Amino acid sequence: MSLEAKTEQSAIITQTISHPKESKFKDGLSILLMNKAAMVGAIIILFYILIAIFAPLLAPYDPYDIKLENKLLPPSADHLMGTDDKGRDILSRILYGSRLSMGIGITAVIFGAFFGIIFGLIAGYYGKWIDSTIMRIMDILLAFPGILLALAIISALGPGLMNVTIAVGVYSIPLFARIVRGSTLEVKRLEYIDAIRSLGANDGTIIFKHILPNILSPIIVQGTLRLATVILSAAGLSFLGLGAQPPSPEWGTMLSNGRDFLFSAPYIAIFPGLAISILVLGFNIFGDGLRDAFDPRMKK
Amino acid sequence: MQAAAEKKVLLKVDHLKQYFPVKTDSLFKPKAYVKAVDDISFHLYEGETLSIVGESGCGKSTTGRAILRLDEPTGGKVFFSGQNILDLNKKEMRKLRGDLQVIFQDPFASLNPRQTIKQILNEAMAIQNVVEKPNRMSRMLELLGYVGLPAEALDRYPHEFSGGQRQRIGIARALAVNPKLIICDEAVSALDVSIQAQILNLLKKLQHQFQLTFLFISHDLSVVRHISDRVMVMYLGKVVEIADKKALFDSPLHPYTQALLSSIPVPNPTLKRERIMLKGDVPSPINPPSGCRFHTRCPFATEKCKAEEPALREMGEKHFVSCHYAEKFR
Repeated sequence: MSLEAKTEQSAIITQTISHPKESKFKDGLSILLMNKAAMVGAIIILFYILIAIFAPLLAPYDPYDIKLENKLLPPSADHLMGTDDKGRDILSRILYGSRLSMGIGITAVIFGAFFGIIFGLIAGYYGKWIDSTIMRIMDILLAFPGILLALAIISALGPGLMNVTIAVGVYSIPLFARIVRGSTLEVKRLEYIDAIRSLGANDGTIIFKHILPNILSPIIVQGTLRLATVILSAAGLSFLGLGAQPPSPEWGTMLSNGRDFLFSAPYIAIFPGLAISILVLGFNIFGDGLRDAFDPRMKK
Repeated sequence: MQAAAEKKVLLKVDHLKQYFPVKTDSLFKPKAYVKAVDDISFHLYEGETLSIVGESGCGKSTTGRAILRLDEPTGGKVFFSGQNILDLNKKEMRKLRGDLQVIFQDPFASLNPRQTIKQILNEAMAIQNVVEKPNRMSRMLELLGYVGLPAEALDRYPHEFSGGQRQRIGIARALAVNPKLIICDEAVSALDVSIQAQILNLLKKLQHQFQLTFLFISHDLSVVRHISDRVMVMYLGKVVEIADKKALFDSPLHPYTQALLSSIPVPNPTLKRERIMLKGDVPSPINPPSGCRFHTRCPFATEKCKAEEPALREMGEKHFVSCHYAEKFR
């Protein structure tokens, strides 16, 4: 047998051997599925998503329908979570409110992630003064306490749902930028990036086609964890009267409204508060599980 | 072996320097540099294999990366087919990159884990636009054939292959753009010995088939002996000796080369050999020794070696040595 034929044959024989190092996704998924807390988180999130989608079908009443004769009713068979000071059904309002809270959260995180990813990729890939400039600006943003920065942005843009979304989104930019930059630095020096460079690919191709797809897991993990914080901050800003304005069934706004009746009708504040806490808890434990499964380096 | 007269120089490296700045702890201290490659010159004939050997940190991989402009060299010139490629702008360089390809050491890091083999090969061809779109599929199958992989490999991801197979994929990717020169940066160092032989033989076969020129960077002397036509020995960023393989292995003239060669294990336990043990460690390339860089470890060093830097001198037919006392070691 000639040498060539031999090499070819052994190449085919060894073909079935796969290297364990890089079936990362499958390994991660099985770790995630084994993690009970993360699965509880996933179920909670799924539950909220379904509620947000089917709110009109699930809600027993119109969330905006003011019936003063029904005001401040305690929880009963007719109104499972009672009614508020204007006679609106709290359950219906919470169901509709899930759309607002999730909407704000997801939009803000996508906003923050989009800019954060771009800044992080540019800083990490080009390095040198570009890196220093971008990351110093990010450090300045990070130096502000989140809610203070959001307040500053809202005072500039004016209150409202959209502006709250932008405000909490802006605060997420540096967090994404940092993570993306770190991962970019790591992936950038791998040999396949050098290989594609020596084939003559331009920077755009290298950054978006070869670096970005390989740093997605920390981005997704960070995104999930950020969702919790962002929803909480947005609710906090609405509670302060800077976000969603009163008739809207935003949970933070409802809480703020319920504050006046904390002793006479605590259920007005308790149920929206619970809705926020459980959703944030869900994102947090699911995010932690995702991190443990796909990005173990971030584990503290 | 080709006749010496018709040899054409494909790559000429002229006074290449690659310094990397070192972070200093004070703003006011002068900037320090790692002189990874310090003023080296050599050339590569078309169709030959020149190996660069040396211990880790001697600048052999840096030389390869500088030639490819993966790291921009600090100084010097690199002529490829007569043209100084360091003068080319980004766009011109991208075009030329098809002629210069590279095969890397780590087969697990040199392929994008998120691309199938088809995407990897297709992208290589698309970037350089070497093959028209409708013909790419047949070209890919042809490439897989050259490197001894089955056609089914196309739709798989890198993690489904073994190290040797991945190295074959890396070779196929390099071949996809019809290169003239391939820099093999420790191309077989990460592989098992049996796979090493397969890959080396494959490289030799392909070199013959496509008239490729190889710059083969390795620390493994037995591999170098197997594949090269000529060998260049580096020490601390300098060229120590360049010669034909036979001349270098049979009659090394530089004390460092002699020490290096004496470290090759011989598969004969009864054979008594003189093993030259070098004292100490390789000095830091930040503050390289004065004069001959090897003088701190050279058993024959004199005052002259400490003071004067030896130039590369021709000591025989195409046998260059940088040692003041090379005559003595004949």
